[in-house]
Amino acid sequence: MKLFASLLLCLCIPAAWAAGTNAPKPDIGKGGQCVEDVQWMRKNHMHLLKHQRDEALRKGARDEKLSLKNCIECHASTRDDSVIARDDSFCVACHRYEAVKIDCFECHSGKRKSAWSQRNAK
Amino acid sequence: MSDIDLYRRTFLKTSLGAAAVAIAPGMLLFDTAHGKPQPASGKVRWGMLIDTTQCKSGCDDCVTACNRENGLSGATSATDSQWIRKIEIKDISSGRELSLPMMCQHCEHPPCVDVCPTTASFKRADGIVLVDKHRCIGCRYCMMACPYKARSFVHEPLHDQNPDVPRGKGTVEACTLCVHRIDQGLQPACAEACPNQAILFGDLNDTDSEISKKIRSVASVQIRANLGLNTGIRYRGL
Repeated sequence: MKLFASLLLCLCIPAAWAAGTNAPKPDIGKGGQCVEDVQWMRKNHMHLLKHQRDEALRKGARDEKLSLKNCIECHASTRDDSVIARDDSFCVACHRYEAVKIDCFECHSGKRKSAWSQRNAK
Repeated sequence: MSDIDLYRRTFLKTSLGAAAVAIAPGMLLFDTAHGKPQPASGKVRWGMLIDTTQCKSGCDDCVTACNRENGLSGATSATDSQWIRKIEIKDISSGRELSLPMMCQHCEHPPCVDVCPTTASFKRADGIVLVDKHRCIGCRYCMMACPYKARSFVHEPLHDQNPDVPRGKGTVEACTLCVHRIDQGLQPACAEACPNQAILFGDLNDTDSEISKKIRSVASVQIRANLGLNTGIRYRGL
């Protein structure tokens, strides 16, 4: 048992150390927590978004709190108002690290709505 | 029954009760604090009455408003999307000329929905016909099926879309009746922009709405009514 524990420890320490050095450091924008805690969101945000998109589009039930637009409103960088513009932008940083391609922004705007409206107001 | 079994049963009962007491108020509070907005109601049927006698030839304010609201380019190249267009028609025998806007007619029985192989084309409960671009594979059957030539295909990559109106390459799109505005309680952009108030927007199912009253009192037609699609967009003075 002791041997097993020490073996586990030996394996864990380098793993934790490696994760600490290479982990992405996204620009979280204004940040804050409105849905769930950080760890939960890291693991489950895609399920929320996928559920919400069908509810909003097909049924017309728009839950503002869970909408992609609302996520972007707080998490877009305060520098360029975007979640996808740079390598350390909120969405890009982790998705690049995990090598998971996101298609959301082929259609959806990655810009904060307020910034977009300001620029397009004529 | 042994004592141990009894103890186990009561323990389970109390812990279940305690859990319910602990969780219930939290769930209740959550529901009241973030009440889920109601989905679109099936009792409503959104529609428009377009008064062609008020629609001026050469005026395209509705088209411009639509382009601006939905981030369309305004047909700067041949393949660009067009959600609403102005049509000028002339009766050859009498010489009578008319001008009218044409767009998705938001049919009750939409042919585009019938033919869609992925159920991307769908009709919302309140009668708005939409494309679910998450499911659209860009096959364009719906464009063939539509008798009104209302739909467009996005051929080129798009950038800087309106955050309220997601649009993207490889999908079909059409007039959404400005669904993002309707859900906020606003009118579609074209109806708001028309300088002569030729476009009347409202609930066809509500007998007290302005549009229902108008449809009861003046003659209006559905375009290609013979197809039995029961369009949501009606025209007056055709």
